Amino acid sequence: MQDNVILQMRNIEKSFPGVRALGGVDFTLRKGEIHALMGENGAGKSTLIKVLTGVYQMDEGEIIVDGQKAVIRSPQDAQNTGISTVYQEITLCPNLTVAENMFIGRGADLLVKQKEYEKRADEILGNLGIPARSRQILGSCSLAVQQMVAIARAVDMQCKVLILDEPTSSLDDKEVNLLFELMRNLKSQGVGIIFVTHFLEQVYEVSDRITVLRNGELVGEYLTEDLPQVELVARMMGKELDELNSLGENEEKKTQNGEVFYEASSLSSSDALPFDFTIHKGEVNGFTGLLGSGRSESVRAIFGADKIGGGEVKIKGEAVKITKPIEAMKHGIGYLAEDRKRDGIIADLSVRENIILALQVMNGFFKPISRSESEAFADEYIKALNIKTASRETPIGSLSGGNQQKVILARWLLTHPDYLILDEPTRGIDVGTKLEIQKLVLKLAEEGVSVTFISSEVEEMLRTCSRLIVMRDRHIVGELKGKDLNQKKVMETIAGGES
Amino acid sequence: MKRLKALLLTGVLAMSMVFGGCTNGGGSTGGDTAPAGGTSSGGTIKVGVVNNPPSESGYREANVKDMEAVFSKENGYDLKTAYSLKNDDQLQAAQGFITEGVDYLLISAAETTGWDEVLKSAKEAGIKVYLFDRMIDVDESLYEAAVVSDMSAEGKTAVDWLLAQNLPEYKVIHIQGAMGSDAQIGRTAALDEQFASGKMTKVIQQTATWDEAEAKNIVESVINSGDDFNVIYAENDGMAKGAVAALDEHGITHGVDGKVIVMGFDCNKWALRELLAKQWNYDGQCSPFQAQIISDLIQGKTTASSKKIINEEKGFDAKNITQADIDTYGLGE
Amino acid sequence: MKEKFMKFRKGGLGQLTIPLIAIAILILFNLIRDPGFFSIEITHNNDGNAVLAGNLISVINGASELAVLAIGMTLVTAACGGQDISVGAAAAIAGSAFVKVLKSGPSISGGTVLLAFLCACIVAMLFAAFNGVLVAVFKIQPMIATLILYTCGRSIAYWINGGATPTVDSPIIRAIGRFIPGVPLPTPVLIVAGVTILFMLIFHFTSLELFTQSVGINGSAARLNGINDTFIKLLSFIILGFCVAVAGCIGVSRLELINHETLLLDVEMDAILAVAIGGNNLGGGKFKISGSIIGAYVIQILTTTLYAMKVSSTDVKAYKAVVIVLLVVIGSPVIKAKFAKLMARGRSSKQRVSMKGAK
Repeated sequence: MQDNVILQMRNIEKSFPGVRALGGVDFTLRKGEIHALMGENGAGKSTLIKVLTGVYQMDEGEIIVDGQKAVIRSPQDAQNTGISTVYQEITLCPNLTVAENMFIGRGADLLVKQKEYEKRADEILGNLGIPARSRQILGSCSLAVQQMVAIARAVDMQCKVLILDEPTSSLDDKEVNLLFELMRNLKSQGVGIIFVTHFLEQVYEVSDRITVLRNGELVGEYLTEDLPQVELVARMMGKELDELNSLGENEEKKTQNGEVFYEASSLSSSDALPFDFTIHKGEVNGFTGLLGSGRSESVRAIFGADKIGGGEVKIKGEAVKITKPIEAMKHGIGYLAEDRKRDGIIADLSVRENIILALQVMNGFFKPISRSESEAFADEYIKALNIKTASRETPIGSLSGGNQQKVILARWLLTHPDYLILDEPTRGIDVGTKLEIQKLVLKLAEEGVSVTFISSEVEEMLRTCSRLIVMRDRHIVGELKGKDLNQKKVMETIAGGES
Repeated sequence: MKRLKALLLTGVLAMSMVFGGCTNGGGSTGGDTAPAGGTSSGGTIKVGVVNNPPSESGYREANVKDMEAVFSKENGYDLKTAYSLKNDDQLQAAQGFITEGVDYLLISAAETTGWDEVLKSAKEAGIKVYLFDRMIDVDESLYEAAVVSDMSAEGKTAVDWLLAQNLPEYKVIHIQGAMGSDAQIGRTAALDEQFASGKMTKVIQQTATWDEAEAKNIVESVINSGDDFNVIYAENDGMAKGAVAALDEHGITHGVDGKVIVMGFDCNKWALRELLAKQWNYDGQCSPFQAQIISDLIQGKTTASSKKIINEEKGFDAKNITQADIDTYGLGE
Repeated sequence: MKEKFMKFRKGGLGQLTIPLIAIAILILFNLIRDPGFFSIEITHNNDGNAVLAGNLISVINGASELAVLAIGMTLVTAACGGQDISVGAAAAIAGSAFVKVLKSGPSISGGTVLLAFLCACIVAMLFAAFNGVLVAVFKIQPMIATLILYTCGRSIAYWINGGATPTVDSPIIRAIGRFIPGVPLPTPVLIVAGVTILFMLIFHFTSLELFTQSVGINGSAARLNGINDTFIKLLSFIILGFCVAVAGCIGVSRLELINHETLLLDVEMDAILAVAIGGNNLGGGKFKISGSIIGAYVIQILTTTLYAMKVSSTDVKAYKAVVIVLLVVIGSPVIKAKFAKLMARGRSSKQRVSMKGAK
């Protein structure tokens, strides 16, 4: 048994300024095994992979490959040790041939012995059952085949450990099956495969073992057959099943019978499949589901953030057209985006400018908010939300994550929205601020504001939402309210029936 | 990426439309008079002109207009023209004229090399070749004559005129054109001689690369430094105008009764009008008018004494220029 | 007082520090070289007006076109994270249109000049909008997009007038390019002041500054806050088009002639440099118009200084390059960070000393 172990990572620790990304994680990979590495965002999966591939240097711990301690300081080291990675985005050259892509950077005689290399490439492709020819231009192959060529390249470099980081996210079902066949093929040749994905079904289809991480800690290592899907979800989200059961039924939340504020039927966008959705005045509801389930895409469609595909939208019973954020804003909708850095803050601008931005846009180009007025607004919200900043003129980029988030909240509160969409407002911020934000949401609802609240932490949503919309694989698969609002039920719905 | 390529391509196409290819002959000046002068075969004389495009410069514009005026239907000619800055295009156009069967081929080449083959085939076809404005590196036997300008003669004419003014002292601001161009070399050489001999003092010698604003800056910096000067020798009209703008702003008089003598080159009409108004003193010209000389040779009115015919260079003095001179010799409008 | 000093050390003056220091050094250098360099005197010009003259006047006068262009270039840089390299060629087109309209009538009246200027503006803004559409809608890098007009712009300018160097003869044009009778300052300087005030008003009465910066710093976030980033980018180009028209008309009026080949030749590089010297990030984002205007004057002082030193005008460009490289490197984030570290170390060692003293 022990002989079978090909890679062992022991007590790996890694910290970034202010964050402990990995706190003593163990990971073991055996020969001829497909090992799924699971965890929600921020669990430490990618940090672990980056330590293993030499992109990051670990602070503490050791890596043992084939029984020998390995020193991995760079991606080159990792490759020499026999660890290869195939990333989600193809990192090959689409305008070169398949053979060239397989051998480029691995010998100066590539051009001289072209024929020889092509022959060898065809052999490898044949052995692995990859449907590509060596002289084909890579860019002319499908994405799946391109990915397979990347894998073939890795395999030919005598890799013992193959890391597949979200390899299926841009493939269709047929292509996924092809890839799985290749993975099984490699497995039978004794390669150890680390499979990172967020598609639960795929994990159960192809993997032998599962390691779950959460918040930079190891939750546990399981044989896939021993771990039902619902338990996997529970472990990823941080609740033991027993504990979930014992939480029992939540107190009954008052159901909203007020007037409907927003109503969408078969609304779709470039990124979201058609869905129906309704929210009442003063209601707090939530979208839940794993990463990639389509929860963010759906609320983005409500806000008109992506290209709208179709569907009908009514606000207070009147049909309206929302195809652009500004139109949503004019109808009283605010949207705090999921990715604060990318879609939220204007890093170099001051706290003050960040706070007034949305209101300014609504006021229009020719009605600038005066300096004194904007200062008053900024001071008001810095005080109300307890934003910790050196001054209102401090660039928002230099604030902590929690305070940045409060500034963005202030930005939307300043527009006095009727309906506020908060996508992961509490991600990556400290517990104190999380509670403040939850309280704020409930207070807003009392004042009659409708709120859609999205969080990876189900507990948080249960505390605030009176209704939960559950998504899986880009479809709404359930709507929970009243008695059903409990962890167990949520987990079951997310995991999909078979508990 | 594709989009970008397409755009670049469009840009290139636009470019080639600007500089490239055959422009249609300016020809159709609906003439009704009978051919004048002794035409050979009773019909019209077919002339093919390969030239640079008129957009190249004011000089070229005048040159092209002159060709079209002289080789007109009224004068018994059938004119075909091709304009390009590219030697290859010019070669093709010349070959085209030969195939078409013109009687005479007139060439101002973009480059001095590469013309052997074309001129030989012209000779075989019995077509007579005249070069104008620019020489070509071929055997003399391949063309009848070359009518060209002599830039250094032009510079010398100007400097001789300056010496003839008999100033007690010459303190010269010398504003040069783009360094290395034929015009700059010719117009600078004569003046450099005077600086070397000590007859004239160089206050400053700077290139403004034909840029009017740059010329103004140069003169302004001399004025601000307090250095004394009494001659501005600018190697084209535009730079002379820039220099005069600096003088005007600083209250320094110029022209016939002024403190500073202003000299320019090219003989643009507007510049000659400055002369007529006595604001400038001298304007030299590299003559763009070769058509009449060639026409006379074709019709046998004159004969060439040598293969290289130097076009007479003009220089105008503010004291005796007339409106007629401006109308006849001025370039542009 | 101390607070102010601390603020200064923290970079309260921020991005203006380096261009201001550069101007100070250049002035000091000239004063040592020639104490009379900055003397200003009153002379009577050939039109009989009492006017100011001297190197200082030459600098602020000569930098006019550059200063106006730098303003527009700053906005394009901020919004699009790239530069327009076609401003020189576009100015030649605008100038040609200006002259074309001026020469269309028998005489040039004030109305003609106004009409001609409006036409120049429209033409320049149309060409700028063409660039803007390539950048904002088709997402082509600004330098690549404007390369097209850069290469063919001067030929288009030629087509407008047909001739090589048409001249305009009018006392009004002369007044615009040189001096208005009774006003001792060159008119281009007054125009720059006017344009600067115009932009101050625009910034005061619109949200242009906030929106442009938002789009430049984080286009995605700006879009999600309802800002039409395509429009803002396009607008920045159209504004630059206006600046190009102003600069082109000043250039034409100065010489009373349009030469499509030489009008504002190579000015695009100087305009970009002015933006950079002004401490603005060429990658877009936060900007200070005042920085770019100061940058324009830095470049002009440098040029005037080199001319006054009788440096050959072919060498001037090389000397300019050396100084500008120095300025830009000193202003680079790497050097700034090093400098800040040095300051911090200085501070902390001082603190340690004072703490010891307290003990």
